Amino acid sequence: MHSWLLLAEAAAPKGGLFDLDATLPLMAVQVVLLTFILNSLFFRPVGKAVEEREGYISTSRAQAKEKLAQAERLEAELKLQLVDARKQSQALIFQAEQEVERLFREALALAQAEANASREKSRLEVEAQKTKAFAGLDTQAEKLGALIVERLLAAK
Amino acid sequence: MPFHLPLAELELGQHLYWRIGNLNLHGQVFLSSWIVIGVLLAFVVLGTRRMERDPRGAQNLLEFLWDYIRDLTRDQIGEKAYRDWIPFIGTLFLFIFVSNWGGALIPWKLVHLPSGELGAPTADSNTTIALALLVSLAYFYAGLSRKGLRFFEYYVDPIPMMVPFKLIEDFTRPLSLSMRLFGNIVADELVVAVLVFLVPLIVPLPVMFLGLFTSAIQALIFATLAAYYIGEAVHEYHH
Repeated sequence: MHSWLLLAEAAAPKGGLFDLDATLPLMAVQVVLLTFILNSLFFRPVGKAVEEREGYISTSRAQAKEKLAQAERLEAELKLQLVDARKQSQALIFQAEQEVERLFREALALAQAEANASREKSRLEVEAQKTKAFAGLDTQAEKLGALIVERLLAAK
Repeated sequence: MPFHLPLAELELGQHLYWRIGNLNLHGQVFLSSWIVIGVLLAFVVLGTRRMERDPRGAQNLLEFLWDYIRDLTRDQIGEKAYRDWIPFIGTLFLFIFVSNWGGALIPWKLVHLPSGELGAPTADSNTTIALALLVSLAYFYAGLSRKGLRFFEYYVDPIPMMVPFKLIEDFTRPLSLSMRLFGNIVADELVVAVLVFLVPLIVPLPVMFLGLFTSAIQALIFATLAAYYIGEAVHEYHH
């Protein structure tokens, strides 16, 4: 049954744990062959795959880092622009407020001046009419006085 | 043995001998190693059939393994030279790991051999010594090819008195590598076999799990040490 396993099992040596024979070099050759076979079937392709992936990961990492840096740069730039714009707008608002204030004051001053002028004018008019009225009153009073004096004198 | 269970039979140091010309081979070791290699290759081929950037299915596991092996190799050998040694270290790790676990998980006992029994290929001293010698060759080759004759400055580092110790180390390294792996796996198989022999139910289970754990650890230790030796050989000394 196991005849093929007994490749001419003639005069079998005694055996033993440390029975060294041609098994040793043949096993060495076998292991060396296995090394070459495994190298071409396993170590090389798998190593290539792993290292390609490592390369891919490191380059994409570098790219991502670059993109992140770019984004951060842009963010800083935009922030700066934003600050500028805010400053400008504040300045503009301040200017506009000043302008409004100035216009308001001007208008107020104008209106006040106008009001003053018309008040002055009406005061003068009132004054003039008053003096005129007083003058008329004086003459009339004198006339009346003279008349009263005349009548008194005439009645006597 | 009067009491004979089909699953509990201890066979140590018995081999299924194949004779090719004048040479003896341990047939059971090759049979189980082919199964181990077959499993490995099948898994690898299935996992890499459709590689995508977003991994799916077995590709995940393969990539995890690759990553694990790369980290191990890079930690031990260093950034400069680790690339060339990923396949070798990885193959050692995977082969030993699948062998050990295969030895523990595949029901080898269902296959009856005329002599010996199937088991983890790493439970045979031939295999572990072969692997350890390959590691020795590898670190000599790594050092010499990368640094030329300057490789030998390792022997006089940090002082020339170290030469005899470093020379001895060249011999103890493969010895300790092979015997550690061999001893652990054989001991694990033995302990499990003995426990199964004594109490065939439940009791061996914790030891089996422990065996799985040691098996994985041994694969890791072997691969790490191999990488460490290579790393030491290619290390550049700066005085």
